[in-house]
Amino acid sequence: MRRGILSVVTVGLLVSCSAGGRTELLVSAAASLADGFAGLEAAFENENPDVDVVLNLGGSAALREQILAGAPAAVFAAANEAIMRDVASAGLLGEPAQVFATNRLAIAVPPGNVAGIGGLDDFARPELLLGLCASGVPCGDLARAALQQAGVVPAVDTNEPNVRALLTKVELGDLDAGIVYVTDVIARAGLVDEIPISDEVNPVARYPIAVLADSAEQDLASDFVAFVLSPKGQTILAEQGFGAP
Amino acid sequence: MFFLIPVIGLLGEVAWSELPGILSSPVVVDALWLSLLSSIAATILAAAVGVPLAWLLARVDFPGRSLLRGLVLLPLVLPPVVGGAALLFALGRRGVVGGPLHDLTGLVLPFSLWGVVIAATFVSMPFLVITVEGALEGLDNRYEWAGATLGAGRWTVLRRVTLPLIAPSLGAGLVLTWARALGEFGATITFAGNLQGRTQTLPLAVFVALESDRATAVALSLVMVLVSLAVLIVLRNRWLRSL
Repeated sequence: MRRGILSVVTVGLLVSCSAGGRTELLVSAAASLADGFAGLEAAFENENPDVDVVLNLGGSAALREQILAGAPAAVFAAANEAIMRDVASAGLLGEPAQVFATNRLAIAVPPGNVAGIGGLDDFARPELLLGLCASGVPCGDLARAALQQAGVVPAVDTNEPNVRALLTKVELGDLDAGIVYVTDVIARAGLVDEIPISDEVNPVARYPIAVLADSAEQDLASDFVAFVLSPKGQTILAEQGFGAP
Repeated sequence: MFFLIPVIGLLGEVAWSELPGILSSPVVVDALWLSLLSSIAATILAAAVGVPLAWLLARVDFPGRSLLRGLVLLPLVLPPVVGGAALLFALGRRGVVGGPLHDLTGLVLPFSLWGVVIAATFVSMPFLVITVEGALEGLDNRYEWAGATLGAGRWTVLRRVTLPLIAPSLGAGLVLTWARALGEFGATITFAGNLQGRTQTLPLAVFVALESDRATAVALSLVMVLVSLAVLIVLRNRWLRSL
């Protein structure tokens, strides 16, 4: 019995290492890029059948810490330029980062907007359950900048580790509102409603992408970055609501 | 060696000169206080529910006992994030139980200290049930019969015979439960959210600080290691002989 279990484990480990002979390209991308990069992954693999793009999605700050600690990612796509600069100053970029997309903030509310959220001002109402991304996470820093610009001191109930975690809690109706990206509201159309934030107080999020210096797949990583910046890649991103760089 | 390497890695990162300042900062003090409060509350709640449950599983033969045992022990195997999501679906403001609860009482469990306690209880109670049930099953129940034949009532037998006999296991179970509750992360951040002073326990504070302020993250981790180690060493001499 014990030997049986052992051999199952061994075979499992071997299989997971070979991945069917395709070259693996590990792409660390910000959580807000989840849907856009799922589209890019499919299109890139379609053009390069021998490549398996593996997406590692998470808060940009968490991804940065992974990369600084030596995670074997080949490409890094972050939701803000300061985080990319941290990776650059650690000497871990293979080539200078390029901005490949932009995004804006929006207020997400559960369908029907039971709490009657009208705009950023409502984030000062202590009786509501309100969420932001944590500080240090790009959507959290941008949301705080927007609130400050609008002169609102928010009564926050939770600081979520990434934008998708925040969105899920809005979707479930556990939060009355959360500040997320426009693209997130598009991705969950029907599951959350959008309350727009006016352009004067709505900062532009700029997403940089770069090849990482320590990756063994430099050429392939460069191809992927070029694909993201190509008209085809840009169309896929625009479909998800991202703006041009 | 395998257990020692992470601790050595942690010690190497500590900024010793800044340590006192970091440890007295509001984020750390709030998180430490919340962690102690919620883990103790979770242990009490787990004992109140878990001991009768263990007795039921060990002593009463009823249909569906194996299923109940499986359900009670499920959080041991379930990833805590899944547990947190399940709690959110069940006890959230629009959840199966949480919805009516909110309509009737106005009570909202997520994003509150109660949410933290419930998440910690959910993941830690199996440790208590499994140890106490094991002790009850291993108990020679002739002692209890002897007590009963000498005229002791059920309550007296429980209090004077059964509980003293399982005391070492109960103690060990409580310590394990408390330790698991103290380290709880996934279910908490998923179900109770993350707000300093209300729901941000030590593990959550470490997680958030790792992304923005590594010195604080390391200091908090050091606190967790020291607190856990101290408790385990002290209690080992008192209760944990059986482990």
